[in-house]
Amino acid sequence: MPFVNDQRYREDFMHRYILLTLVVIFSLASLSLGVISFEETTMHILVQSRLPRTISILISGMSLATAGAIMQLLTSNRFVTPTTGSTTEWAKLGLLIILIWTPQASVVTKTLFSFAFGFAGTISFLFIIKRIKLKEATLVPLVGIIYGNIIASIATYLGYQHDLIQSIQSWTQGTFALILKGRYEVLYLSIPCLIVAMLYANRFTLISMGREISISLGVRYQATLYVGLLIVSTISALVLVTVGVIPFIGLVVPNMVTLYRGENLEQNITTIALLGGLFLLACDIISRLVLHPFEIPISVTASIIGCLLFILLIVGRRRHAA
Amino acid sequence: MQPRHTLTILVILVALSAALFLFYQLPGGAVAYILERRAIKLAALIVTAVAIAISTSIFQTVSGNRILTPSILGLDTLYLLVQTLLMFLLGAKSLAMMGRISDFLLSVAVMIVFSLALFSLLFGKHTMPLTMVLFLGMVFGQLFGALASFFQLLIDPNEFLTVQARMFASFNSVNTALLFSSSVIVAAIACALVFFLDILDVLSLGRESAITLGVDHRRASRLFLIIVAILTAIATALVGPVTFLGLLVVSLARQIAPTYRHSIILPTSCLLSMLFLIVGQLLFERIFHFNTPISIIINFAGGIYLLSHLILRGTV
Repeated sequence: MPFVNDQRYREDFMHRYILLTLVVIFSLASLSLGVISFEETTMHILVQSRLPRTISILISGMSLATAGAIMQLLTSNRFVTPTTGSTTEWAKLGLLIILIWTPQASVVTKTLFSFAFGFAGTISFLFIIKRIKLKEATLVPLVGIIYGNIIASIATYLGYQHDLIQSIQSWTQGTFALILKGRYEVLYLSIPCLIVAMLYANRFTLISMGREISISLGVRYQATLYVGLLIVSTISALVLVTVGVIPFIGLVVPNMVTLYRGENLEQNITTIALLGGLFLLACDIISRLVLHPFEIPISVTASIIGCLLFILLIVGRRRHAA
Repeated sequence: MQPRHTLTILVILVALSAALFLFYQLPGGAVAYILERRAIKLAALIVTAVAIAISTSIFQTVSGNRILTPSILGLDTLYLLVQTLLMFLLGAKSLAMMGRISDFLLSVAVMIVFSLALFSLLFGKHTMPLTMVLFLGMVFGQLFGALASFFQLLIDPNEFLTVQARMFASFNSVNTALLFSSSVIVAAIACALVFFLDILDVLSLGRESAITLGVDHRRASRLFLIIVAILTAIATALVGPVTFLGLLVVSLARQIAPTYRHSIILPTSCLLSMLFLIVGQLLFERIFHFNTPISIIINFAGGIYLLSHLILRGTV
């Protein structure tokens, strides 16, 4: 990057290097952790259960944080993420409908359905927030949550009619406990999404400045918007179908990074992804340690830690600004 | 239509629906017992309706915003958390001994303290915009929910079952044990409000005008927000979260009685809210025999109404 001065570039490199080291350390810790102690762990357990679990945590964390960052740029709003922008609720509705329609649907069919619903639903949400002129930034996620509540109530209604309330609740409690070899591989599809996100990062930053500005800067606004939405809804659907809902990571991680490093996604995207992976790894390790040998659903740990971080972030920013 | 006529019509409608609720499809035997059960349920519906309608309309007046409702503050999950913590710390037996009234009062007190702490951000040194406070409230709500599910995992499953019914109130299992104390509080607040109607009218003009007209805006807002917190806490404890009922009825009330006078807006929204709940429950329980909780339908209808209203008006 020719325009970035040397000092800054070296610092960036250092930060990423430290993050990467931390991710490796935490991954090793995650691999060595389990009901069966490290010395007795056989290759079989490692390949069948431990490795798939650590890999799926890393992929989910990285892609959820990136999806959150993209969603924030697409809506030009810091608080809009797939969970507060109704994507997750739509994806859940899609998953429910395919379960009612053909209970034996394959993982790919389920993912496709919840992806399609998430994609169409998020477009409808963007349409709504474009129609309503919202003066305050926090009103946008409020409208998103109201919208998500409507979709959720349709899903709950259908769930009651078809005795599927328990399945809905099991998706809401995301957990990595059920990840085994052969049950998570579809998550690898997030990696191409992450690569596309890196290629488009600059354009996402530009379209967050608004339609007119980005067009005059030579970005194809509509096409970029759709690429972003495709990435966000694919990631949401994949994680939902394999793991379940993991709240707050898409909100907290990008906000923490942009608070210190500004909004440029091209510069931040590796940091955001690595930090997302690290966050989820840490949450999972805590989930497994607190009640060892039992474990807590990761959605619970991620909510508690994520909420606390977010509250600190908001209050800290207020104090900083004052 | 004259507001007075609207009110009369609403009163008649509410009375009719209440009578229907009591006497429709009375089976042959055990009439006295069934009537008693129905009357208790009806009373619970009415108390909830009043609490939700008053709290939402006051909240909108104080905040000067028509799409906000105190129900999104996360009080429902806080209630859940308090119940879970009590169960965790005391165990099912001592919790049963503690009695529902003191348990209820404790939960309501915690909810009030929390809402006041949140609202104090509005008036503190670094004032936050109200929407930010609400957003924070929602985040706290998620936090409480997550903490509650964490502690639920720690509780002995047998104990969990014994007290589960106490935690998840809904329209189908109204918390009748709390009915008397909560109806007394709601009635007292409603009566007290009669003396403050004109202050509410002035507050709805906005902060600057209210101060110009000689109202201590800060003190008045704080007082009304305390009332909002108490009422929301009571409604949550009685029937669980009904996020959009308040928004729906207050917004409808403002449409059928287009006035700023709280002496008309408040009773209209209370009556509408009663009508909605009674008729809704009647339709659900005895005509359609739906197995879906009515709160889901209320949230659906309320949400759709609110969103379409926003989209049509194009602004908040």
